[in-house]
Amino acid sequence: MFETMTLAALQQYWWIIISLIGAILVFLMFVQGGQTLLFQVAKTEDERTLVVNALGRKWELTFTTLVTFGGAFFASFPLFYATSFGGAYWVWTIILFGFIAQAVSYEYRKKQGNVLGTKVYEFFQIANGFFASFFIGIIVSSFFTGSYFLVDKFNLSAWMAGSYGLELMFNTQNISLGFAIFCLTRVTGAMFLMKYIENKEISERSANQILINGLCFVLFFLLFLGILITKDGFAIDPNTGKMYMEPLKYLHNFMQMPAILAIFLLGVLLVIFGIFKGGIQKSSTAFWITIFGVIPVVFSLFIIAGLNNTAFYPSTYNLESSLTIYNASSSKYTLTIMSYVSLFIPVVLAYIWYIWRVMAKKKINKEELEDTGHIY
Amino acid sequence: MSISDISLVDWSRAQFALTSIYHWLFVPLTLGLSFIMAIMESIYVKTGNEEWRKTTKFWMKLFGINFAIGAATGIILEFEFGTNWSNYSWIVGDVFGAPLAIEGILAFFLESTFIVLMFFGWNKVGKKTHLLSTWLVTIGSILSSWWILVANAWMNDPVGMQFNPDTARCEMVNFWQVAFSPFAIHKFWHTITSAYVVAALFVVGVSSWYLIKKRHESFAKKSILVGAIFGFVATMLVTVSGDTSTFQVAHKQPVKLAAMEGLFIGKTRAPIIALAVLRPNVPISDTVNHFIFKMEMPGMLSKLGYRDKNAFVPGIYDLVYGNQYQGIEPVFKRMERGTIAMIALNKYKEAKEDNDTSEMRLSLAEFRTNYPDLGYAYLDKPEDVVPNIPITFYSFHLMVGLGFYFVILLLVILFFLWRKTLIKRKLILWLAVLTIPLGYIATELGWIVAEVGRQPWAIQDLLTVSKATSHLSTLSVQITFILFAILFTVLFLADIRILLKQIKNGPKE
Repeated sequence: MFETMTLAALQQYWWIIISLIGAILVFLMFVQGGQTLLFQVAKTEDERTLVVNALGRKWELTFTTLVTFGGAFFASFPLFYATSFGGAYWVWTIILFGFIAQAVSYEYRKKQGNVLGTKVYEFFQIANGFFASFFIGIIVSSFFTGSYFLVDKFNLSAWMAGSYGLELMFNTQNISLGFAIFCLTRVTGAMFLMKYIENKEISERSANQILINGLCFVLFFLLFLGILITKDGFAIDPNTGKMYMEPLKYLHNFMQMPAILAIFLLGVLLVIFGIFKGGIQKSSTAFWITIFGVIPVVFSLFIIAGLNNTAFYPSTYNLESSLTIYNASSSKYTLTIMSYVSLFIPVVLAYIWYIWRVMAKKKINKEELEDTGHIY
Repeated sequence: MSISDISLVDWSRAQFALTSIYHWLFVPLTLGLSFIMAIMESIYVKTGNEEWRKTTKFWMKLFGINFAIGAATGIILEFEFGTNWSNYSWIVGDVFGAPLAIEGILAFFLESTFIVLMFFGWNKVGKKTHLLSTWLVTIGSILSSWWILVANAWMNDPVGMQFNPDTARCEMVNFWQVAFSPFAIHKFWHTITSAYVVAALFVVGVSSWYLIKKRHESFAKKSILVGAIFGFVATMLVTVSGDTSTFQVAHKQPVKLAAMEGLFIGKTRAPIIALAVLRPNVPISDTVNHFIFKMEMPGMLSKLGYRDKNAFVPGIYDLVYGNQYQGIEPVFKRMERGTIAMIALNKYKEAKEDNDTSEMRLSLAEFRTNYPDLGYAYLDKPEDVVPNIPITFYSFHLMVGLGFYFVILLLVILFFLWRKTLIKRKLILWLAVLTIPLGYIATELGWIVAEVGRQPWAIQDLLTVSKATSHLSTLSVQITFILFAILFTVLFLADIRILLKQIKNGPKE
């Protein structure tokens, strides 16, 4: 089936897969957002236990999606893996430190003999919540703003900025997407807590957080979007393969791919509607409405970053070093093999959905926690 | 762009080694305990005996504590290929990335999704569904190991690929050769069964402590029964897979085998060294006795490596300086050919830029002739192909010695279990307790043999570690090394303390 596809078609297929996994990752980062709300929506020890346990049954999903996102990028676009991870070293290292802290924080938080004490593990959760969402936003934004690296004739890359990625924080567009993702994860995190925890106080406080963080998200996202559609973009000449700066490139990408524009606008509307449902009407349906908005928004941002003759990881040091889905990908053979593997993704989604449904049969409350016997 | 900063390479290696060693402190228990728990829960579902449920739940609690930190260190390993070995990531990413991605999609998701049902689903689903979720966690962990070890085995035996001079990287040409290479199969069996031994020793050791303290005796006996049988079967499999793994090493990495066995001068009827002390600081070119003392088993290494007691096994001297009688080329010849390949590759790239098709054809032909020795161009001197001999040699022998000790210990425990007198054998019980850390030491030593013995290669014969690093400042890697060392150590101590507290509390009555 995939053998008959051209290399270019396989590269596009894999960019779509990466975009989808990236979108699912941002959706699942409601766990990170929820973690940052720990002391804002839960005022007592019992309430905090409810919040931590609700999120604690989902942290592995986000964690595994990040691992898969990394693995899929490595297998399909290894030059990006080499260039970004080996170059924006400090940004990725900070993200990874956050995930180490998160992984242990649930299991260790309340255990006797945990060396650091409960508060430190709760701080780990908040730190992971902020750093993961903010810096992943920074990295995604750098797909549009560019990074300072060089790729030589042997395709070996070198980051030319001595701050190894920290310089990405000194860019308005990057920071705006960083904060937008941070606020968005807090919105979805609050919605998740409102939907799956049976506690009136937590629900009330979560609704307030949806409203506050929803407004912040809209402001930061509009700033990011405003810059995006008015700026020059990193384009490839399909005839010569040369890179050049195209005025209003990303606006053109939306206009030239109307289906993606429609998906994007639908996603934005669903997110805004979700914020309204959750923040004003205090409806627990807001979670899924917003999630079904987040996925298309992030997906379409990835699409306009990489398709329609666009460099998805541009170099501001040397335009010709910019990475495209064509020069950064694996070979046709590897992409074909991996495409067959990608057919298992619906199976994975199906059993995740099954487990989610089983676990969501009953809202989480004190009795439910005691009934399971495994409390974080 | 060239990286000649050795200090950066060493710090990058140190960071990767640190992460790997910590990661492997937790993974064996996760792998083995998931299997043991699944067996215990199967007995519970089959018999309906609540004590087996209690037993399963206790080990599940320890599994959960251990799983979290194993996952935390594991994610770092995956991403360190990019952060610290970016040249490697490009040069072999086309082959190496695939198993990692498959591991995420097909294995890690299975494990991490059903783990939720396993921990929290006792009263949410039926007994059989819960048991299925426990087995799926076990199967997920096995599949996860498979794909990771496929990737690791490929670094030692790079099959199913060819070097593409246009992209300047290795590209996969046969997925099945990569996924089911004999090196990968034997490595998988040896690694996973060694992990099962570690977990079995842990279960037996902890349970023995309860018997010594006369607490939870029924629970402890049940756990020892499952742990000791499981562990004994695993030790048998480790022995067999150790033999077949060594056979692979003999054929694919003869220098590693020579370093493992301290074979300096090749010989027929080559011996296995049972016990020895190396003479320090003797150059490999020196033909004097490299040992202060040694006890040998003649012919056994020939048998192990070539299935023939009289076979010639090349020593380090032969492999570095050549042996014309055995048709072994000296390394400097391969270095010359590697350099020719490298120059031809450069010429090819330049000719391609200039659209000089005639020069492209010539340089490509020259490259293809000499390409199998490409990696040798990165060596400074022939002796660089030899890994650190004392570390490889002592690690290997200590690992093997401990392995035989585990077989005997588990056999003795099973014997007294059968005689129903184990509870009275305090010495055996204490030995079982004290053996817990030895299991970890043995399995870590195994990885040290595999990875130190692979040096200087990142990919055998194709890419040295010195050329595989990211183009980073040494200071950045130094700082992250220190930060990782502090964080991992603190979390390791927390893990140990939490485990000890849970063990002290024991299963719920």
